[in-house]
Amino acid sequence: MSTDLVSPPEADGRPEALTSRQKAARYLTNHPHLVLIGVLIVLIILTGIIEPNYLSINGLRNSALFAVPIGVLAAGQTILMLTGGIDLSAAMIATGAAYVAANQSPRGALIAIIGGLLVGLLAGAANGIGVGILQVNPLIMTLAMSGILLGLFTSWAQTIFSGSTRMGDFIRTVGGGSFFGRAVPWAVVVWAVLSVFVVYMLRRSGFGRNLYALGDNAVASRLSGVRAWQVLIAVYTLAGVFAAIAGLLLGGRVGAVDLQLAGVFLLPSVAAAVIGGTSIFGGIGTYTGTILGALILGVLQSLLTFLGAGQAVQQMLYGSIVIGLSWLYTRISAAQ
Amino acid sequence: MVKEDFLLAARGVAKKYGSVIALRSADLSVGSGEIHALLGANGAGKSTLVKILSSVIASDTGAIEVHGEATNLRTPSDSIAAGIATVFQDPALIRDLTLEQNLRISGLDKADVEPWLVRMNLGHIDFDLQVADVPLAVLRLLDLARALAHDPQLLMLDEITAALTTDQASYVFEVMREWKDRGRSVLFISHRLGEVLEMCDRATILRNGADVAHLDLRGVDEGQLVTAMLGAELIEEFAEGPVEEVDSTRAVDVLEDRDVVLEAKGLYLRDKVNGVSFQLRSGEILGLTALEGQGQDELFQVLSGDHRPTAGELLVDGERLNARSPYDAIRRGLVLVPADRQKALLPQRSVRENLSTPLYARAGRWFTIASDEVERVDRAVERLDIDIRAGSQAQRLSGGNQQKVTIGRWLASGFDTLLCFDPTRGIDIQTKAQIYDLLREVAATGASVLLYTSELREIPLVCDRALVMYAGRIVHEQDAATATEETLLTAAHGLQEASA
Repeated sequence: MSTDLVSPPEADGRPEALTSRQKAARYLTNHPHLVLIGVLIVLIILTGIIEPNYLSINGLRNSALFAVPIGVLAAGQTILMLTGGIDLSAAMIATGAAYVAANQSPRGALIAIIGGLLVGLLAGAANGIGVGILQVNPLIMTLAMSGILLGLFTSWAQTIFSGSTRMGDFIRTVGGGSFFGRAVPWAVVVWAVLSVFVVYMLRRSGFGRNLYALGDNAVASRLSGVRAWQVLIAVYTLAGVFAAIAGLLLGGRVGAVDLQLAGVFLLPSVAAAVIGGTSIFGGIGTYTGTILGALILGVLQSLLTFLGAGQAVQQMLYGSIVIGLSWLYTRISAAQ
Repeated sequence: MVKEDFLLAARGVAKKYGSVIALRSADLSVGSGEIHALLGANGAGKSTLVKILSSVIASDTGAIEVHGEATNLRTPSDSIAAGIATVFQDPALIRDLTLEQNLRISGLDKADVEPWLVRMNLGHIDFDLQVADVPLAVLRLLDLARALAHDPQLLMLDEITAALTTDQASYVFEVMREWKDRGRSVLFISHRLGEVLEMCDRATILRNGADVAHLDLRGVDEGQLVTAMLGAELIEEFAEGPVEEVDSTRAVDVLEDRDVVLEAKGLYLRDKVNGVSFQLRSGEILGLTALEGQGQDELFQVLSGDHRPTAGELLVDGERLNARSPYDAIRRGLVLVPADRQKALLPQRSVRENLSTPLYARAGRWFTIASDEVERVDRAVERLDIDIRAGSQAQRLSGGNQQKVTIGRWLASGFDTLLCFDPTRGIDIQTKAQIYDLLREVAATGASVLLYTSELREIPLVCDRALVMYAGRIVHEQDAATATEETLLTAAHGLQEASA
């Protein structure tokens, strides 16, 4: 990373006089992930105080299971937000993928999974062509795509995809099952593998560099030879596939699929990326931050459940978090 | 000539961006009826101080007094209300709005700026044009007219002459003199020391974020200013720089045996480029100059693959280049350093990422990081002497270092022909000298350079051959060693004389 190029400036040989509070504040500004880890730990302890049973493998596993679809969907949001984009069709792609997988489940797990991923691939590529070649604004493109998908699957549910709405055993095991005496959910393993891939891609690949470059300054990227349309088609397609994976995992956990399956996860998927410090204007952010953001939302969900708050309160809270943090980050970057 | 009643007095002003110190502690006093120069090398903190005085950013510490009274300026409109109006280095206009809409935003009307524009020979300007469609020089003058319309006590001009032609600059000087005669003040920032000595009464010199000298400019010469700006130790090194190497400019006849690497044949772009033809040989530095808006911007857009020509063709190594985007030109070794750093820099990314961007443009290079990336980046950083202490975000670098980054990008990735558009605009003399040296080094290794410059003296200093553009055409060509400001200026105004 860039740290090997940076050494602190010297103030004429004199060390800068800073109070310990200023030092701490500066350290945390430079290491934002520590703040997120702190928040996560505080939330876990808080939840444990309210419901002592939570501090067990079972309790933590529930939070992790809830964080998985958010984290996987947010992988797509993160890589798109780095380019200055977003995917408002992510939840609908996830639902559609799960719907197709459930429908194809009688023909075996492999066909079902391929069918599901194909939904993500095609819808994502269509988003990419719209944003990259037709230069439609990402918000508009993906919002419209979400509507189109909802319409298609609503009509297909009566026709070509009538039949099974239950996921096959394999997908249900991966989505909801665990190993090591029910300690580690398979879905968490899938998320972990995907996380390694995304973190590596963003830090150690030319494609990752292009994502940051494009979001930071599209004109400069173009003059450096980056062809935005190629990068955008690739990244929207990839985000579509991530959304499909999230849909398969979620569908596997729930067991039965309907057209409302993933809808409630759209807002938290954006929230996780924003909590993790990814700028909605592009050019800044990491997937490590997003993972922590998803875990925080997972614990928060458990906390709210123990407090007896329902889905309605949760959605309001996610919305407030996104607004509050966006405001806060704007203030922080303005102050710097 | 110490005055007690300072119009503006700033004391101990300091500003840090994260861990980077932009301004350590600066004092500045501007008297009434004075044209005051603010001087310093790039990164000395001039622009930061100006932004603080105009309340665009807040200082960490320090006090500002206007007419001897402590003030608490929070927003730019507070500064304007206090009688301080500023023309910034980058025009403070919204690109997607028309000129008239921009004026309304600042609470002004066409009628407020028109008298000023008439005086600057811009009375005919169409206020319905979008900012993006207006040349930079005109925008700067418009920005000046807007500042003047506030009728300020103190007018702050940050590098206003950098993008202006000689006649446009003279309008600015006229206004400055008028302000002085009215007992008001001007704070003038410029890298052109000749202008400074001609126009200014006193100077405050910044170095590394602190004021190191307050000079009365009567009887001071350029050399003394340079000494004060750079500090004594750097002067010797600098004296050995470009001036002595002028002799090493190779004679044009030696170059005539070399291969033609880039040839333009009758290029047209809309009504801006009207049949431009030239040849650029291996190892040659070809200079191009023109007054503002003669089609040079558009010519470079065509050459760099950013725009397709409407007619004509471009040959690279004798083969036709039909570029759909800059990518195609870059693949053939034709790379651009744009004048506007905002078009070249990734402001929030590290120096390393900025320098390595072209390495990953091809989809085949998407899957990993180049194994020699660190090596390439380090070599470019070293060769250009880039100060990377603030390298985690390119926007924190000084202007000169940012410009080095935009050139270093191509050193890191490799090229055959460097298209440089006014690479030394608004940067300090030390960095300029480094860029001249670099261009000659590059040419010595057999690469070619097409250098557009608005500073005429750079032509004999750096180039082998000179072209002058007027109204979209090449109107003049000569051996750069024999080029003088007079011959070039005559040609640039479209006045044909017996060809040199």
